[in-house]
Order: sequence, then C-alpha cells, then structure tokens
Amino acid sequence: MLQLFTTDFFIFALVAGVALALIAGPLGCFIVWRRMSYFGDTLAHSALLGIAIGLMTGSNLQLSLIVSSVILATLLAVLDRRPDISSDTLLGILAHSALAFGVVLLALTDSVRVDIEAYLFGAMLTITSNDLLWIVAVSVLLMILLSRYWNDILSVTVHQDLAEIDGLNAKRLNMMLVIMIALTVAVSMKIVGVLLITSLLIIPPATARRIASSPEQMALTAAALGVISVVLGLLAAFALDTPAGPTVVVITTLFFALSYLLPRQVATN
Amino acid sequence: MSSPDPSSPEKSSQQLIAANSIGISFADRVILKDISLTVSEGQVLSLIGPNGAGKTTLVRLLLGLLQADTGSIQRSKDLKVGYMPQRIKLEHTLPISVNRFLALSPRCTSQSIDELLNLLKIDHLSGQQLSSVSGGELQRVLLARALLGNPQLLILDEPAQGVDIAGQAELYQLIGDIRTQRNCGVLMISHDLHLVMSATDEVVCLNHHVCCHGKPEQVSNDPAFLELFGASVSEGLAVYSHNHNHEHELSGDIKPS
Repeated sequence: MLQLFTTDFFIFALVAGVALALIAGPLGCFIVWRRMSYFGDTLAHSALLGIAIGLMTGSNLQLSLIVSSVILATLLAVLDRRPDISSDTLLGILAHSALAFGVVLLALTDSVRVDIEAYLFGAMLTITSNDLLWIVAVSVLLMILLSRYWNDILSVTVHQDLAEIDGLNAKRLNMMLVIMIALTVAVSMKIVGVLLITSLLIIPPATARRIASSPEQMALTAAALGVISVVLGLLAAFALDTPAGPTVVVITTLFFALSYLLPRQVATN
Repeated sequence: MSSPDPSSPEKSSQQLIAANSIGISFADRVILKDISLTVSEGQVLSLIGPNGAGKTTLVRLLLGLLQADTGSIQRSKDLKVGYMPQRIKLEHTLPISVNRFLALSPRCTSQSIDELLNLLKIDHLSGQQLSSVSGGELQRVLLARALLGNPQLLILDEPAQGVDIAGQAELYQLIGDIRTQRNCGVLMISHDLHLVMSATDEVVCLNHHVCCHGKPEQVSNDPAFLELFGASVSEGLAVYSHNHNHEHELSGDIKPS
C-alpha cells in the first residue's frame, strides 16, 4: 500500500482532500451554528447547473462552477429576506430545480460525453494538476480570509444586533460567509460530488462539537477530523475498491457515531 | 416632554439621545407614530406598555438598527451605547464560555471583564459555557456585555426577564447603583409595573403612540392616583398611574370619544 503514496493520482487526491478538509471544518462550523446546512445543500445541488452551462458555453468548467455558485449564493442571500416565501421552501425549490435543469442540460450537450455520476458523487482519483491548483488556491485564500474575519463573523453569529452596535457591518459579513461557502462548494465538487459536499461541511463540526469547549477548538477539531477522514477514507477506498468520495464521507460518519460513545464534555469546562 | 421638576436630583445634565416625533410602519401597519422622548445623563427612563405596543421597535430605532420613516433621532456627539437585548437565542451547537462571549466585544479588555463580572457578582461564571448558565445569570452576563467600554447610555430590553422575584429587585437595584456611580443614562423596557416605580425617574407608557408619561413619585402621591389604585398601593404594589385621557380599541387604535 505504501507505493500508493508515490503515485500521482493518489497524491493529487490526498492533497486536494486535505486542503478541502482544512477549510471545510472551520467553515462548516458556521453552517452548523447558523443552521445553514440546507443552504449548503442547495448550493451544491445547483452546482451541476454551473457545470452544464460551462460545458455548453465551452468555458473553463471550474471557473463557470465558481461563478455560478457565487451568483446563486448572492441571489439566495438577497431573496432570503422576502417575506412571502419561507426560506426552506425557497431553498427546496432552487435545490431540486437547479439539479433537474443541470441534468437535463447535460443530456442536451450531447457533443460531450459526460459522466454524471462523477459530478454527483465525486471522482477524487481523476483530479488533475489543474484541479488541484484550484482547490489549493481557493482553500488557502479562504483560510486567510476566514482567519482575518473569524472574530467578526463569530460575533455576528452569536448575536447580530450586538455585533452591529459594536460597529460591525453584519450584512457584509454575512454575505462574505455565504460567498466563502459557495467557493468551497464549487471547488469540492470533484472531490465528493454534488450530493455529498454538505456532509463534509457539517459532519466533522458536528463531531467536534462533542468535545470542543470553545468556537476555535471546535473549528480546529473539525479540520483535524476532516483531514484524518480524508486520509483514512482514501486508503480504505483503495483497499476495498470503493468510490473515494463516499468512502471519505462514511469515515466522517463513523467518527460522528464514535463521538457518542465518549463521555459528554462537562458543561463547565 | 420631560417637564423640569425642581425636586429632581438631576441638574442641568447633558441630553444623550432625543427622538423627535419618530414613526415607523411595516407593510402599511403603523408600529410607532409620533414618538418623542429624551434621555439625559443620570436619568432612568422606563418604557412600559402592552405586548406588541412597539417597545422593542422603538429601542431598535434608538439603537440605529432600524431607520425611522418619519421624524429624527439626535444622539450626543460620540455617544457610546450599551445594549442589553431582550433575550438571546443560544445556539447549543456553539460552544462558548461566558468570558469568550464578553471578549467578542471590541470594547473589552480582560481587566474590564473581570471588573464587571465582579460588580455583577458573577465571577464564578467566567469559565462556564454560556449555554449552561441559568436565566437570571444570563441576564447579568448580558448586562455585563452592555456595560463593557463604559457606555454613557444603557438601553435595556426587559432586563429582569426570566429572573425570580428576589433577583428582579436586586437587578433593578444594581441598575440604579450603576446609574448613580457612572452617571449614565438608562432607557429600559419593563413589564414589571411593580418595580418600575422605585427604579425609574420617568415613565413613558407606549401603545404605538405615547399614551402618557411622567415622574412616578409625583404620580403616586397624587390623590387621584391613590383613589384609583388605593387597593394595590396598600398591598405594597407600586403601580404607575395611568391617567389616560383616551381608551383603546383591541387593535390598539384610540377609541373615538
């Protein structure tokens, strides 16, 4: 198994997965704290539409994915303030209609042979050096942004009014968070696919919650759990000849289940 | 509107915030209409009124979290406001200690946190998870958050909510002491009619408009007040007198007389 670590595709998958896990953990904490997991899901489902549009227009797929995700996220954040439709209904409509549109459009672009399954469940082992560059670049950028604005976004998450009175621009910070999530979703499609991205964002933080006693501890633990899951998941995928993305998600879920066997963190700690 | 009272301890104190006939509507529903009030240094003003009267909306306008449709709000130059929200929805998935919660404010220093925890007698909570403190303790934590950075104006939205009766009196006492020590202005929403009297300089009764306002001591010594509320006063209840010159429909509109 050791020779795996010398093969390009394995190394690419590993580095991409680790880079994603490092940012998905801390960002996922905000998704958990703000109950935005349905929002992440909607972005992920709609990402397929971005791929279809990219294929039809012949533009760079990764770029069209990023652009469409960011546009959709902004749109969702704006529409979310409409009083005439509840936000979970809106998200439900958008998530599944975008997925359906994406699949239909992909079928129509018959000039290209498209492996829909790769987009739905990820194709970690087909990650190219170009994909890797995108993933690492976005991940590093987001880590810098998130650490710079961590306290501000946390403050707005804990109590928006108090944060605003303290002089923070809550609207701008919320929008920033939404765009960061959109970027993460856009670059992680190749790794775990449309249907599983949210799990990588929320399962490690949910597990970390069991042992963390501060927001920072929870974010770092989630990142670490994500990284361990990626490494173990990839190795398991090779050993058992299973699809890599779903195997990683299975491992994160096993950790989550295991965390319930641990004694609950004492509240006063 | 705050008629000067010669017996009042407040001297020519500086006005901190003034609302000049402000009004706001949401979706054609008038929430507040023609509200004017001022809060000065060292003055405690209580805002009372039924549920849905627009008390919290008024506070949000004064804080600048909402913009009024009509009227204007004047704040003294570089006014520092401390705000205590009505309730804080604690997200149990977010682990955060009392200390870290207070440290989120850009106005805090570790020394100021310790001082405030000490002042509010909640030192023991410092390392505890915010989600594990009791309702009464949480109100004190929120008050500490409002007091960070030594604000000139405290805006408190039902500070004694979820606090037991003994704790309520103590909390109002504490707020009074802080006002005396720091000479800050206090504007608070209160439901506790009993406690409003002893803890406040001025009362504004709100029901979408200002129904009435005045100084509680004055009002409570009024023979008309005693006649009207004699029974409850003799039971030791201090109730703000409601010398309304109008009646309300169920909708809150003023009944035509």
